[in-house]
Amino acid sequence: MNPIKTFPKGGVHPEENKLSSDRPIERFPIPKQVIIPLGQCLGAPAEVIVNKGDTVKTGQLIGTAKGFISANVHSSVSGKVAKIDEVMDHTGYRKPAVFIDVEGDEWAEGIDTSDTIIRDITLSREEIIERVKTHGIVGMGGATFPTYVKLSIPKDKKADFVIINAAECEPYLTCDNRLLLERAEQFLIGVKILMKAVDAPKALIGIEKNKIDAARYLDKMIKSDSYYNGIEVQLLKTKYPQGGEKQLIKATTGREVPSGKLPIETGCVVVNVASTYAIYEAVQKNKPLISRIVTVTGKSLKRPANLEVRIGTPANLLIEACGGLPEDTANVINGGPMMGKSVSVTDFPVIKGTSGILMLNVKDAQPRTVGNCIRCGKCIQACPMGLEPYYLCRVSRQKDFESTESHNIMDCIECGSCEFTCPANIPLLDYIRFGKAKTGQIIRSRNQK
Amino acid sequence: MNQFTISGSPHVHGEESTKKIMYSVVIAMLPMFLVSIYFFGLNALRVVAISVASCLLIEWLIQKYMIKGPNTISDGSALVTGMLLAFNVPANIPWWMLVIGAAVSIGIAKMSFGGLGKNPFNPALVGRVFMLISFPVAMTTWPVPHPVFSNTVLDAVTGPTPLGILKEGLAQGLTVEEITKNIDYIDFLIGNRGGSLAEMCAIAILIGGLFLIIRRVIDWQTPVIIIATVAIIAGICWLINPAQYVNPLYHILSGGLLLGAFFMATDMVTTPMTMGGKIVFSIGVGALTIIIRLWGAYPEGMSFAILIMNAFVPLINKGFKPKRFGVVKK
Repeated sequence: MNPIKTFPKGGVHPEENKLSSDRPIERFPIPKQVIIPLGQCLGAPAEVIVNKGDTVKTGQLIGTAKGFISANVHSSVSGKVAKIDEVMDHTGYRKPAVFIDVEGDEWAEGIDTSDTIIRDITLSREEIIERVKTHGIVGMGGATFPTYVKLSIPKDKKADFVIINAAECEPYLTCDNRLLLERAEQFLIGVKILMKAVDAPKALIGIEKNKIDAARYLDKMIKSDSYYNGIEVQLLKTKYPQGGEKQLIKATTGREVPSGKLPIETGCVVVNVASTYAIYEAVQKNKPLISRIVTVTGKSLKRPANLEVRIGTPANLLIEACGGLPEDTANVINGGPMMGKSVSVTDFPVIKGTSGILMLNVKDAQPRTVGNCIRCGKCIQACPMGLEPYYLCRVSRQKDFESTESHNIMDCIECGSCEFTCPANIPLLDYIRFGKAKTGQIIRSRNQK
Repeated sequence: MNQFTISGSPHVHGEESTKKIMYSVVIAMLPMFLVSIYFFGLNALRVVAISVASCLLIEWLIQKYMIKGPNTISDGSALVTGMLLAFNVPANIPWWMLVIGAAVSIGIAKMSFGGLGKNPFNPALVGRVFMLISFPVAMTTWPVPHPVFSNTVLDAVTGPTPLGILKEGLAQGLTVEEITKNIDYIDFLIGNRGGSLAEMCAIAILIGGLFLIIRRVIDWQTPVIIIATVAIIAGICWLINPAQYVNPLYHILSGGLLLGAFFMATDMVTTPMTMGGKIVFSIGVGALTIIIRLWGAYPEGMSFAILIMNAFVPLINKGFKPKRFGVVKK
């Protein structure tokens, strides 16, 4: 393996709390009813194509992508469409969703549900990208960006590297770690598929050092089989946000994505571990993205676990299966503690981007008194993008959107390192997010003129 | 039904707090405090107690009756200011001068700007310089250190500081060699020399400073650069004319240089935010200190140097931005 690498500036080191890292993946039983939101990706929600009362099969298309940045939605179970109604999802907003009453588990035609691993990649580049698009694959690390958009490389650009984001730098989460250990072969074939799709000669798998066992295991597999030529494991320092797209590219290749540009500028395509596995299933087994691995965790939770769950399963069922909601739960989070979203109810449906369901206890999630900024500069030291969070926070509060723009607020990746380190407990990221949204609006409306 | 907290990410915190930082500084100052008690006995205790009590009281009064905000004295910052102010005055200072100094430190230098984090100048130093200018005799009459366990009774004896001896001697036309022939640097290290309450013992200051560096409350660059700048400029002068200029070690170990470099030029509130800015700030402090010492009217220049550089901080912050990721400088 190559010597350990990291991104150059900023970052923090939160308590890792990988409570479920030695828990094997368990198949979670199909619930009585699933609720499949139509908007599961960053971008426009899908348009529903089934009606109340329709019978659907597992893997059948029920919502079609609307627009360029949008993803298809498939039924994750077989049964009857009970209703098409709104549901409060993890964002706290009510959004349209398809409610399906489960009857058996009958799969749509043409889907290979066997466990045989298929190594030969018969599809062409274009067919692979089309498959990724039709099968509704999105970034499963949490950002839920449609993956086919990333793979469709502009004519004047060329991909040198496929970079697999296996950093899993969020504390608590272990779903990618388990997937690498238990489904390494499928995952590596997925990497080969990606290399073919973007015509990249090399693939780098970036793994944080706290998952050294997974890194060693993959490295051994790659070196023992010439089929995997071109794939390399790159060990990374355990440091948040090592899995930030720009940080990961910088750490693994030394290339720096220019401000305001996409990763392809540097010849890199970054894909998450779970998405890579989903791509394997879509391309080799014709299986749409209808299930994912979810880490259900928390310090007070009886039995933290990694569950393979059908999309649309209500989260409270997973929590029940892991020993029930702990008494001292103050905060339930969809995702990890650094970038996840806190939810107000536990019965929100699991979506494609749900990497974890985290129950933070009262001690860790306690409200903290906000003090004056003491100008310690810790936020500047922590910012991996070289920004000045204290300043961006201040000008965002003052609604001075000229200063936010000139101080590169749009480069903020919202990793939260600044707020994490702030000794005065200032909600820096809340203000910066607000400033960034407003500044983005202003820039867009100016560009339209 | 459970009620959950809804908040924006991140949902966990690094558990660092202003309070922890301030109390770390207090802990770091304890060795100096103990040494000052050793050398000045109850007088040291008296000075620290009066200074801390008046700083806390003044902050409490202003916060309660003028700002009408929450009680802030428990955040530890007034305690730090009080201790630093006490450490920067002679041990036999009259109590009422100290109270005035504390009032200026907290009332004018800190609370009038809005309290913790808003003050442009180091509060303890503003108070000290105010006292130095207002009560020049009392502020420059240094009792000779008198270890509590020694048998000699020297209570009322006062003497000059090493830098004072030097300035006086040079003014009388003596050479450096004649002035410093009785100097023992071991005394400088343990603090057996004239000076403010806690500026004398180099070892105690270094222990505290090291603790803060390890605890990551301060960075090591600031004190190192200040001391290096002083050493380099003093060294060049010394090499050119050793009869007129004393060696750099004398400068480093005397006066308030170490105390200022570790405890006051590292004050987060009044120093630049980025490392580049901190380096410029530190060079400025070091250069101004030695310039005042060598060619200024006062024998010591640390307080003035830090306050002058404090004034440049907003400008330095404007000029030194962190290196933006993905932005190429044109």
